[in-house]
Amino acid sequence: MTDRPANDDGFNRSAGRQLLLIAVVSVIGIVLLMLGLSWASGLAGGTRVSKGIDAATGTVTLALADEPPQLDSTRSTDTISSMVLGHVTEGLIRNGEGGELTPGVAERWKITDTSATFWLRADARWSDGKPVTAHDFVFAWRKAVDPKTASEYATILFAIKNAEAINKGRAPISSLGVQALGDNVLRVELVRPVPYFAKLMVFSTFRPIREDFFNATAGRYGADADMLLYNGPFTITRWVHGAQLRMEKNPYYWDKDRVKVKVLDFAYFSSDPNALINLYKDGKIAVAGLNQENLNEALVKRWPINRFQRGAVFYMEFNHRKDRPTTNLHLRRAIQLVIDPDEVVYRVIKLPGNLPGRSLFPVWLDGNQGKFREEYPATQVLPNAVEARRQLALAKKELGLETLPPLTLLSDDGALGDKMTEYFQETLRRELGLTIRIDKQIFKQRLAKMSAGDFDLVLGGWNPDYPDPLTFADLFASWNSNNRGRYNNPRLDQLVAVAQTSTDVQTRMDTFGEIQRILIEDPPMVPIYEPGVVYVVDPRLQGVVRRVAGFDPDYTNVSIVGK
Amino acid sequence: MWRYTIKRLIQGVVTVWFIATATFLAMHAVPGDPMSGDRAVTPEIRKNLEAKYGLDKPLAQQYVIYLGNLARGDFGISFTQQNREVNDIIREHFPVSATLGILAIVFASLGGILWGALTALYRNKLPDILIMFFVILGISVPSFVFAALGQLALVKLNDFLGFSLLPVAGWGTVSHMLVPSLVLGLGTMAYLTRLMRSSMLEIINSDYLRTAKAKGLPATRIFTRHQLRNAILPVVTVLGPSIAGITTGSFVVESVFAIPGLGRYFVQAVQQLDYTVIMGTTVFFGSFLVLMVILVDLLYGFIDPRVRLE
Amino acid sequence: MVSSNPQTEPGLDDFAPLAVEQRRQQLSRPSLSYWQDAWIRLKANRRAIVSLYIVIALLLFTLLGPLVWRVDPSAQDLDQVSRAPGAERMVTLAAPYRPWNGETVLPGSRDLRLAYPANTQAVRMIWDPVPGASAYRIYRDIVPALAGEPLGLPIAQTLTGTETRYEDRLDLRAETYFYTVVALDAAGAEMGSRQALSVTPVAVITVAEARSRGLAPPSEPLNVGDKVRFKLHPLGTDYLGRDMLARLMHGARVSLFIGIVAPLLFVSFGVAYGSMAGFLGGRVDQIMMRFADFVIALPFLLFMILFKIAFGIGPGQSGILPMIVALVMLSWPGTARLVRGQILQVREEGYVSAARLLGARTNYLVMRHMIPNTLGVILVTLTFAVPSAIFTEAFLSFIGMGVAPPTPSWGGMSNEGIKSMLIHPHELLFPAILISITVLAFNLLGDGLRDALDAKMRSRE
Repeated sequence: MTDRPANDDGFNRSAGRQLLLIAVVSVIGIVLLMLGLSWASGLAGGTRVSKGIDAATGTVTLALADEPPQLDSTRSTDTISSMVLGHVTEGLIRNGEGGELTPGVAERWKITDTSATFWLRADARWSDGKPVTAHDFVFAWRKAVDPKTASEYATILFAIKNAEAINKGRAPISSLGVQALGDNVLRVELVRPVPYFAKLMVFSTFRPIREDFFNATAGRYGADADMLLYNGPFTITRWVHGAQLRMEKNPYYWDKDRVKVKVLDFAYFSSDPNALINLYKDGKIAVAGLNQENLNEALVKRWPINRFQRGAVFYMEFNHRKDRPTTNLHLRRAIQLVIDPDEVVYRVIKLPGNLPGRSLFPVWLDGNQGKFREEYPATQVLPNAVEARRQLALAKKELGLETLPPLTLLSDDGALGDKMTEYFQETLRRELGLTIRIDKQIFKQRLAKMSAGDFDLVLGGWNPDYPDPLTFADLFASWNSNNRGRYNNPRLDQLVAVAQTSTDVQTRMDTFGEIQRILIEDPPMVPIYEPGVVYVVDPRLQGVVRRVAGFDPDYTNVSIVGK
Repeated sequence: MWRYTIKRLIQGVVTVWFIATATFLAMHAVPGDPMSGDRAVTPEIRKNLEAKYGLDKPLAQQYVIYLGNLARGDFGISFTQQNREVNDIIREHFPVSATLGILAIVFASLGGILWGALTALYRNKLPDILIMFFVILGISVPSFVFAALGQLALVKLNDFLGFSLLPVAGWGTVSHMLVPSLVLGLGTMAYLTRLMRSSMLEIINSDYLRTAKAKGLPATRIFTRHQLRNAILPVVTVLGPSIAGITTGSFVVESVFAIPGLGRYFVQAVQQLDYTVIMGTTVFFGSFLVLMVILVDLLYGFIDPRVRLE
Repeated sequence: MVSSNPQTEPGLDDFAPLAVEQRRQQLSRPSLSYWQDAWIRLKANRRAIVSLYIVIALLLFTLLGPLVWRVDPSAQDLDQVSRAPGAERMVTLAAPYRPWNGETVLPGSRDLRLAYPANTQAVRMIWDPVPGASAYRIYRDIVPALAGEPLGLPIAQTLTGTETRYEDRLDLRAETYFYTVVALDAAGAEMGSRQALSVTPVAVITVAEARSRGLAPPSEPLNVGDKVRFKLHPLGTDYLGRDMLARLMHGARVSLFIGIVAPLLFVSFGVAYGSMAGFLGGRVDQIMMRFADFVIALPFLLFMILFKIAFGIGPGQSGILPMIVALVMLSWPGTARLVRGQILQVREEGYVSAARLLGARTNYLVMRHMIPNTLGVILVTLTFAVPSAIFTEAFLSFIGMGVAPPTPSWGGMSNEGIKSMLIHPHELLFPAILISITVLAFNLLGDGLRDALDAKMRSRE
């Protein structure tokens, strides 16, 4: 860089012109290349630049958090697949707009302690026009308990005669206590009374599958749009994996008058909250979740904000395996006394819709007449640092320790993970002088460590399987494999057994009330919060139903108002 | 020449085998397994699942089976996308990543060459200072910051215009590609601009350019034939590694812009310990990379006669 | 310094000594070693020198910063969450929060009204019952309500129509809030009746909190109603009210540690590996280099993620070590190849052969010729490896696989900052700027070194 050449302007100008020419040529080249690539990558559909709501074509464009992993109803376990299946298939019973049980494929039903009978409607049809029969249910349910299917939700059918034996390979599949009495009557034999059996029927595992179609798919059932047979309000007409899932109104659906839009286009698969809110802002999708960071913007822009309680409960679980300090009741109490669910919800999560956790039983559960939590209020444990330190001193004395060893708090890479664990670590350090070691793992690793008992504290949660307090109540029963902290309380086990077998509502609810009391007084876990979501819905879209049990959100009843 | 090519290809196969083995071992060293879920399943159901996916066999046997399948080009079925073959996943999502990557490379190289030439022409004048400022930004700002800002800029632009000029996220049409690939190519573009600038300056001082000028050749001819052409050479040299880097490193852009590329699947697969998808994507990307390197090396032999292939 | 002595040449006495010229010769060309020469050239490069100063400043910031700015980077203050630099620090002392039993201390008997003076602990309000209401929905907004427009955030809904009070505790700040209560009919639809209220809560903390945070000297008596000042946070606070400056300093330890240690390790391994291959040559060299080629062929980011997961992070560990191990395992072959090439080249150079002919020993050859001639290349590789290691850490943080909490790192901080980029830009800005400065400084320093150490290498990768 020593001698600078004479940069005469004439040379520069002509060189500049050359560059400009090259630039123009390359821009043209790039445009051609892009067109070519878009053609080559095979995704060039003109439908993708549509608006969030298109009244003219009756199209609603939405986003999906992720690709539905499993649309074979007998094997599906996740919420996204459940949502999709809820729109394109229908079971014997479904949830109405208010969450009440409404006839689905079954016109009426009768459930006793030993059996259940469903009378199927004659006009229920598959999307190829053939009727939905009782045989389709028998086929699907047998498949669900078949050990070869390896369905993770097979347990949900275990109340049916022989289901458990079949799943363990000890009985032939045909011995399942489900029979088709003709095309229109389905009879189920139960091994024990199931007070919530009708509510179970809403679950995706109980959807029908037609045998001939299933066999024709040669093991690819549910893998693509044309690998599924539909009997719900919508059919999937286009499924570009990872990019788009388009549903259209099902002309063969028996109750098709209730479906008011023509197309539900899940055109974006993303769980990035910022990307989704940007899409909403740009008018590309009709519904988007809000997070704490973009609430203010939503308020300033006067978007219609809704909130919804997801129905789950998040809690901090203790490890009750022998050599763990958390087996000590006083230590657990001490931790319980410094954890302030109010502060977590109001100061850390900061989103309305989340409720401070008071009990393992969330507020939405039904009791005798009203809500369970109104009839059996949970005692609120108020934060009390002085009492907590007293409990801690007791714990140290009982454990015979000067100082407690560091406690391991297991967490994963979930959305609120870091914020929560850091908050608890600091709170427990500040108030009790406990050293908390955060053990952050990927999701599956966290599960493995939980099952192996490699933790002292863990942030966990439970999504209800069915709308009955039992789905929560048996979580800490000693035999439950979801009780990964190995809590063992004979009194609780006894109560759970009562709740499982009793058919008397009052007895059951009293039992749940007692379980709730034990869970607060002898805490195997400390409830943190009941998660909720805050979301915006385009004001032109009406009738989006959110519900705790069954699939969520439910767009089957939506309509477009205005233009 | 042919011997050399065959030799390289054999080495490539060995490399791929090496990659497959490393992946297999690394993956199985992770505690936990793809079968575990939020809801604990009974031991019987677990056994059924393990049998279904062949995880009940000893690791050595699994490895042999796996290599056998690999040799037949069968990556197996995904654990999380339970109905899809890994082959399908790669076939459907790699073109997306590749499209993004190719465009990014094109943007990066064309932009780098043009801007670099421009800065060299206007050395220490306003355009040079301005462009170099952006180059510095491009080199030093992490890609996820760029991606987020890029999307935000799109929202603001559409808001300002009152209509949607370019989509803020998603995939499917030409308009979806522009901003994500620009964002993806930005870092490389900055790097190439700098490279181009210095190689241009070196050539400006070179003897043959002075000779060309002294000969009285027309300015345009000197510029394109001598200056630009020679300056591009080092840029082309670094393109090879960049291609591989960009096509495999597009996770960030894919997740911010909701693009169904293979990168997003890989990250998800790792988080879910989806063995088959992890194996499939690493082996696939690895082979792709190996192939690219071999191709670039072979091309050198044609472009630069000084490089002699063994 | 092997030099022959011209003074001993015969016939020298025949000429008159040219003392002046000799002196001039000595003055104009002082004997310069390779490194002295490089240093002079580096000093002449203004950008490189500036970046060298920046690097030194960054190291001072990292090493001495925490000694000067003695703030605990993990101390949380939920009363000062996401404060921008220079935010209002005055705060009033209040009694500790107690659950509300429904009593009212403020006058008023109509519409929606406050039951207690509003502060940032809680806003307690009561309203007139509406006939026929089955429940009430409470909205909170930050802009005044307009006719026909949404009422803002639906913060709560009462369970019954007889409940006519609500206590808001959700993320209260000293800003004006607009509350609206709407009665719901039996079907859950909103009835026309609305009652509204605007409230500006007073920022408060309890006496105990003020004491525990040391906001006033211990000798000073504190009473409810007194005003104190929050601690100063020059660069604001993050999402848990932690001091940004302290976190940036501690985050620098992680980011720079990874950025400097990982390259140092893999470069030294690469040098050892490459020079061994180069020295030994032949079959060993072939095998060693094929292995290096294999490692190069591994898709870097994919394996980075995979290895990091496979090595695992124990409880309480930050996960820096697995990250460095993964980086080292994947990055060494580049250097190894480079060094081997250099060694092979230098070995064949004329001056090495000359030295050998003159009877130089291997030790001398290595120390005098090989090392200085490869060290330049190594140094340059090192400076360029720093930014890429820092970027790798930031990238891993982005996909949630960075260092484990609560250890701060610049990458992790900017990833958190991105989420709230629009409302709290300072949370993104500061860590991102630091990353940029570091990356830039090392890049420019690398450039400068390259120019200084080997002018021929300029403009080559």
